[in-house]
Amino acid sequence: MNLLANLRRPDGLLGYSILYLIFLYVPVLFLPLFSFNDSIYITFPLSGFTTQWYEKMIESEVLLNALGNSVKVAACVSVISTILGTLAARAFTRYRFAGRKPMLGLLVLPLVVPGIILGIALLIMMNWAGIELSLVTIGAAHVLIATPFATFVMISRLEGFDANLEEASRDLGESGWTTFWRVTFPLAYPGIVASLLLTFTESFDEFILAFFLAGNEATLPLYIWSQLRFPKTLPVVLALGACILLASFIVITFAEWVRRRGVKPVESDS
Amino acid sequence: MSNKPDFVSIGDVSKHFGSVRAVDGVSLDIAQGEFFALLGPSGCGKTTLLRILGGFEAPNSGNVHIDGADMTLQPPNRRPVNMVFQNYAIFPHLNVRENIGYGLRKEGLSKQQIAERVDEALATVKLEGLGGRGATEVSGGQRQRVALARALVKHPKVLLLDEPLSALDKNLREQMRVELRALQQQVGITFIFVTHDQEEALSMADRIAVMFDGKVRQVDTPEHLYETPRSKDVAAFIGSMNFIDATVEGADGDALIVDAGPVGRIRAGLPADGAPAAGTTVIVGIRPEKLILADSPPGEGANSIRARLTAASYLGERSHYFLQVDGLAEPLSIARQNTQAQLLHEADAGSELWLTWSPASGIVLPAAG
Ligand SMILES: Nc1ncnc2c1ncn2[C@@H]1O[C@H](COP(=O)(O)OP(=O)(O)O)[C@@H](O)[C@H]1O
Ligand SMILES: [Mg+2]
Repeated sequence: MNLLANLRRPDGLLGYSILYLIFLYVPVLFLPLFSFNDSIYITFPLSGFTTQWYEKMIESEVLLNALGNSVKVAACVSVISTILGTLAARAFTRYRFAGRKPMLGLLVLPLVVPGIILGIALLIMMNWAGIELSLVTIGAAHVLIATPFATFVMISRLEGFDANLEEASRDLGESGWTTFWRVTFPLAYPGIVASLLLTFTESFDEFILAFFLAGNEATLPLYIWSQLRFPKTLPVVLALGACILLASFIVITFAEWVRRRGVKPVESDS
Repeated sequence: MSNKPDFVSIGDVSKHFGSVRAVDGVSLDIAQGEFFALLGPSGCGKTTLLRILGGFEAPNSGNVHIDGADMTLQPPNRRPVNMVFQNYAIFPHLNVRENIGYGLRKEGLSKQQIAERVDEALATVKLEGLGGRGATEVSGGQRQRVALARALVKHPKVLLLDEPLSALDKNLREQMRVELRALQQQVGITFIFVTHDQEEALSMADRIAVMFDGKVRQVDTPEHLYETPRSKDVAAFIGSMNFIDATVEGADGDALIVDAGPVGRIRAGLPADGAPAAGTTVIVGIRPEKLILADSPPGEGANSIRARLTAASYLGERSHYFLQVDGLAEPLSIARQNTQAQLLHEADAGSELWLTWSPASGIVLPAAG
């Protein structure tokens, strides 16, 4: 990573990098810190070590239910948007068709439209179409914002290898289907894994769209938001936040590792 | 080897991309065991024709037969043909051995037999010991050998090569010409290779098809192509050539008498298909190395003309001179091996010399094209 490379370089960037890292991560580290603090007040000095907030968290059925909902939605979203993204990326990288460039531009739109606008627009549309709000509507909205991510991850993956590889496989006697399994998939799979993980987290911690489009079942971010009104349960939310932080960190690191590890494209000399 | 003359038979094949006629009515017969070159400038349709042979493009019309079987509509995996792609298309996720063995999985061989075939192919392309290397860990030249081995290991009836040497640096390229030619002789497989480099085609191929704008203009051995091109385009593309407009006067034995305007009445070689009628306008082509510089007029039989030196360039083993004949639009170019120390220099510009050449060196070409 660039930051790490800079850290090893003895110039002005070093100090800047350290400040930047402090600014970025120290507030986040308050979460795990206070989640082990034996007090409902989030203030210094710390009053003692406890795991009671974690115990309460595990006992809360509403919380576990919300967690289950979020996992369900995120899992569906990641699979659907990765499939859509892979197909779109294949079209963008393997075929030259009319409107390719503008379409690539339109793809970014859900990423730049503010979530609140998107939320209102989708709510109006669901009402108009008479679709009842539920986890399904949340999932649909998440697919909308996750698909561009998946598409870009897959485009960068597929661009890295040459269409001639698939032709070479056909030339050497493999059918279209076996070529997919022997060439296309092995070369694309680090991108697929990365896309699955990224879109999962994208959906998992999304709040605004879920807020607008939720029926009577809450996702985890909605549950957390509802709990912020009750000071007594705040440390439980911190404990939950710490767990999510850890899980996200593991997932994202793994995704990046898979994405980078994959196969380096053969650079051509011509 | 029973050399079937139409082992690969291309019958009036055309391929259009929108309004571009990439391949336009090409017919070719390529013999078994032949080293055949498709030569032409960039964009003339060589790659498209090769891809039609490989099954990657379906022709709009015409047909392709290989060893008697109609292959026109067969997909690549059903053709007894393998291809070495221009950028080699080595599978980056497999090592050298796995790349070479890739196409053997469908042949119903045992693991042992596959290993033997791969070893044999590695030896053929002189890559012994590199089997375990990753595809991204070998040099460009080695990657080319992997691509060759990967195709040859399938024992194809025909090997297709798309600009196989263009990605290599100059020294390696010249070495590979010799090696590729030797390899072809050794394995005896029909090679069809595409190149835009005339020297490459001349030095490697048994026969060459010269293509322009999707059409095959001449198919010949390298020597015939160079010595008796049949059109101005081909003559200009293969090597360089001086062109002089002329009008046929008549035949005299094995020479054609033409009136070449400012150059006067000269004798040229009689075309293989007989003398054109008197009065026909033709072009006489003369290779720069066949024009001889002299201080005095030559004897009977040879053509000669007085000309003025306008430029000289020294190229080491040879020199190029430009001589103006009064009345000709462009100076004639002369190439001379620097075998004797008697060089002409830029400083000699303006001096008058004699140019002579034998009648057989004048190639009579049709005026159009
Ligand atoms: N897939 C394609 N789509 C559109 N035009 C193509 C395609 N492939 C080749 N062409 C066009 O056909 C012509 C011949 O191309 P090509 O066979 O690659 O030439 P060469 O190999 O002789 O350089 C060119 O004008 C090229 O632009
Ligand atoms: Mg080409």
